[in-house]
Amino acid sequence: MTMKDYMLFDKNTRAFVYGYQVNAIQRMLDFDYLCGRSVPSVAAIINPSRAGIHKVFWGTEEILLPMYRTIPEAVADHPSVDVVVNFASYRSAFDTTMEALAQPSIKTVAIIAEGVPERMSRVMAATAKNMKKTIIGPATVGGLAAGAFRIGNTAGTIENIVESKLYRPGCVGFVSKSGGMLNEAFNIIARNSSGVVEGIAIGGDRYPGSNLMDHILRFEANPEVAIIACLGEVGGTDEYRIVEALKAGKITKPLVIWVTGTCSKVLPSSVQFGHAGAKAQTDLETADAKNKALKEAGAVVPDSFDSYGDKIKEVYERLKAEGRVEDVAEPEIPVIPKDFVKASGEGTVRKSTNLICTISDDRGEEVLYAGKPLSRVMDDQMGIGGVIGLLWFKKELPPWAAEFIELVLQIVADHGPAVSAAHNAIVASCAGKDLISSLASGLLTIGPRFGGAIDDAAREFKRAHDFGLAPEQFVNEMKSKGTNIPGIGHRIKSVKNPDKRVELLIGYAREHFKRTDLLDYALRVQEITTAKKGNLILNVDGCIGILFMDLMGSCDVFDERDIDDVLKYGYLNGLFALGRSIGIIGHILDQKRLESRLYRHPQDDIAYMLPNFECGELRD
Amino acid sequence: MAQRGIREYDAKKMLAERLPDYVDDFDYDGQIALVTPETDLEVVAVHNPWIKKKRLVVKPDQLFGKRGAHGLILLDATWDEAREYIEERMGKETLVGTVVGPLTHFLIEPFIPHDEDEELYVAIKSDYGGDSIYFSTRGGVDIEANWDKVANIPVDILAKAEDLDLKSQLPAELGDRLKPAAEFVKGLYQLFKDLGFAYLEINPFVFSDGRIVPLDLVARLDDAEAFWQRNNWKGLEFPEPFGRALTEEEAYIKEIDSRTGASLKLTILNPRGRVWTMVAGGGASVIYADTICDLGFGGELANYGEYSGDPSTEDTYEYTKTVLDLMTREKDPQGRTKYLLIGGGIANFTDVAKTFKGVVMALEDYRERLRDTGVEIYVRRGGPNYEEGLRIMRSLGERLGVPINVFGPETHMTRIVSMALGGGE
Repeated sequence: MTMKDYMLFDKNTRAFVYGYQVNAIQRMLDFDYLCGRSVPSVAAIINPSRAGIHKVFWGTEEILLPMYRTIPEAVADHPSVDVVVNFASYRSAFDTTMEALAQPSIKTVAIIAEGVPERMSRVMAATAKNMKKTIIGPATVGGLAAGAFRIGNTAGTIENIVESKLYRPGCVGFVSKSGGMLNEAFNIIARNSSGVVEGIAIGGDRYPGSNLMDHILRFEANPEVAIIACLGEVGGTDEYRIVEALKAGKITKPLVIWVTGTCSKVLPSSVQFGHAGAKAQTDLETADAKNKALKEAGAVVPDSFDSYGDKIKEVYERLKAEGRVEDVAEPEIPVIPKDFVKASGEGTVRKSTNLICTISDDRGEEVLYAGKPLSRVMDDQMGIGGVIGLLWFKKELPPWAAEFIELVLQIVADHGPAVSAAHNAIVASCAGKDLISSLASGLLTIGPRFGGAIDDAAREFKRAHDFGLAPEQFVNEMKSKGTNIPGIGHRIKSVKNPDKRVELLIGYAREHFKRTDLLDYALRVQEITTAKKGNLILNVDGCIGILFMDLMGSCDVFDERDIDDVLKYGYLNGLFALGRSIGIIGHILDQKRLESRLYRHPQDDIAYMLPNFECGELRD
Repeated sequence: MAQRGIREYDAKKMLAERLPDYVDDFDYDGQIALVTPETDLEVVAVHNPWIKKKRLVVKPDQLFGKRGAHGLILLDATWDEAREYIEERMGKETLVGTVVGPLTHFLIEPFIPHDEDEELYVAIKSDYGGDSIYFSTRGGVDIEANWDKVANIPVDILAKAEDLDLKSQLPAELGDRLKPAAEFVKGLYQLFKDLGFAYLEINPFVFSDGRIVPLDLVARLDDAEAFWQRNNWKGLEFPEPFGRALTEEEAYIKEIDSRTGASLKLTILNPRGRVWTMVAGGGASVIYADTICDLGFGGELANYGEYSGDPSTEDTYEYTKTVLDLMTREKDPQGRTKYLLIGGGIANFTDVAKTFKGVVMALEDYRERLRDTGVEIYVRRGGPNYEEGLRIMRSLGERLGVPINVFGPETHMTRIVSMALGGGE
């Protein structure tokens, strides 16, 4: 099963892909599947930031590829892999390539990165040559052995691969500098001959790891190759080695070659073409000089790139007439399923969604809040209240309503360290828990007895009011049920010691709300309850809930159904949780800064009252 | 990313500051000053007290050589003479070889009196398998005529610079200058290697009072090393080659290019030319320009450029607008057709329809002017979604009232060039 020296890849070649290049890996596997390979060409992924597995498609099935952090680990588990497709950035391409070359089992490294310094490229090239190994690149898409192995993204889409018949070998060995022109060359060669056996782009740098000549000699030695095709480039002297080889009789197969950059004679000398190596530093390096020398040495050189395909056709037809090549019978090729994302983009497939979102959209250039771009939210200075309007209610609230929400958030932001939420959060923080855990432990105390009366108050008062119960009737009804009226009563505050926060809220509502029906009703209820006991006042929770009902009633953007939703789904406790989070976080940070130690509740503050085991009270 | 020239001033400053790290008794002091159009000459004199005390040399520092031959060097001058020389020439359009451009940067340094036969030559070039050190005791302007006397010392790319033994390889005729010269060249090579040089030539350098002084110096750096050399190259700039001041349009495209991850390049060759190109891809763009020249239309080629790397619709829109604006400023004086070649190979993963959207928007904006100027458009492209892209282009032709000929991968990439231009004039 060992490959001949002149071959870099065959149908059994397996590679490591260095870098978590999800698309390139899938493309390599799709190519494998199209070619009818029995084993995927990617044996493993090397990803310095994560080991584990990666899931890929193999046709319609899904398979797993192992993922390693380092090259030696991957090599240890996969000793038969001899190719590394190196997607490392230009910064780490050198170190990773040298490490790959140092592994005895690795024979070929393809370097994709652009912008690798020339000195590094030269050291890599010399090191590989000394070890009789091959580097393709840097600054290339790579290359491909038809019907056998594809480096990364070479040859583009599946459609293009099918179009250029790359799923099976033809008779042309192609090599160029430009990776961008590889696709075009595959196309030209497929249209003018039986197609390529192998196509390699060595990369546009001045010092590629392997050069045109290295690959031409491999093609010369490979009996599958009948025609050698090459695209050279202005700059450098690589093409003269081809001239020498032609003259020395080392290249016996027909060589169709064109050196691009003939236009450099009309361009100012300072224009640097797309490739770093594409610049003539002497007359010898011009495209014209190279084309002339190649033609004189016996290569098939067209008059311009325009007739490059025609020349290939000429040579192919001649060899066919001589019986040295024949047309290839097309194998049947499997269909590669279309990726959902692509098909969906083309509008040829649909699927029902599992989730619906109606409040925000992050897919475009800018996030939308209820359809409104974030920058507009900022331009309109909507504030926190306005954003809550958009994200909770999907409405643009009038400024006075947005401001009321902000007033509520400020009022409920904190109420000292002793209340349930703050206390719990402090205890959790002292136990060494992080900010989020401590915050959660505080928030979890919010409920029917603490802070959670806003919704209930709104619900009960609204119900009583809409039902037409006189305040007296309402109080009696609740009493007969044995239920406290939600939103009424405070542990400390009373008629004589009124709650400043409630006064602030009522003051704001009186000034800005069109109607305060429910508040007026609640105040009449308060008159009755405070007559019984001084501290049965409308408390801050109740006041917020009741005023929110009045706010909605005063605001054109809301209708009855919106109000029902608010009550049904408990929107209003959200106001308390949101506002109070500010205070809870403050308490937690306070404890962190103080580097507080673990809190242990003093035993003398606990009444220990256990059943007496010894005395046998538990017996019987 | 490529080899790029730097100013002699910057290179000499690097030598003065960094070469002592490698050569023990290298004490070139880097007395040198750079004058730009913004420089206040009084301030230069204050910052460089030697300027008023010493005899001076003044020469332009704009990446072109043979300044003596071009009569652009002032030797053995006083400060007043130097000032006058600079003030007279600053900003002046000047012919250097075949290129005309304004002189904008001058270098001032002390004049070192010496005999011509004391001039030494050293150069370091890089090639595939290693670097080559060239050395000659016959430096100076005639070095090329005396190239057979130049010692060539190849250094393998995998060799360690510290192991380099130069003393045995430099000419013995150096006499007592052999040891310091060998140490200097070795240090120079280490600096060359460590500081990202691709080419360095000092011609000549001399021993002045036993001290090595570089008189004339040319250097290119490998700009791909910028990441590693970020501390060594602090403040260094890569000047545009002489005479190539960017046009407003070129500068605009360069600015867009620097803002986006995509690549957008534009060089205007002949604004009156009749053949304009808009080609996707670096490799393909060269081949289109080649084919235009090969068909005998080199003189009519108006621009060279390319766009690639998945540019946004907005980028291709701006790029196309810039080209169309230049192209439709005036009719051909002889009333001949102008050609716009929208070309490209088969894209890997760029969505052809998407990139054409910006092109189409710009073409629509310039509808009137395209018609008035007499423009004919040829399109050739392949790759993802190309059918849709070509369809958009074809349907545009009907709206535009300008002939648009559209082809896909079934047509040879450059065939649209011969279709448009015929077989030659």
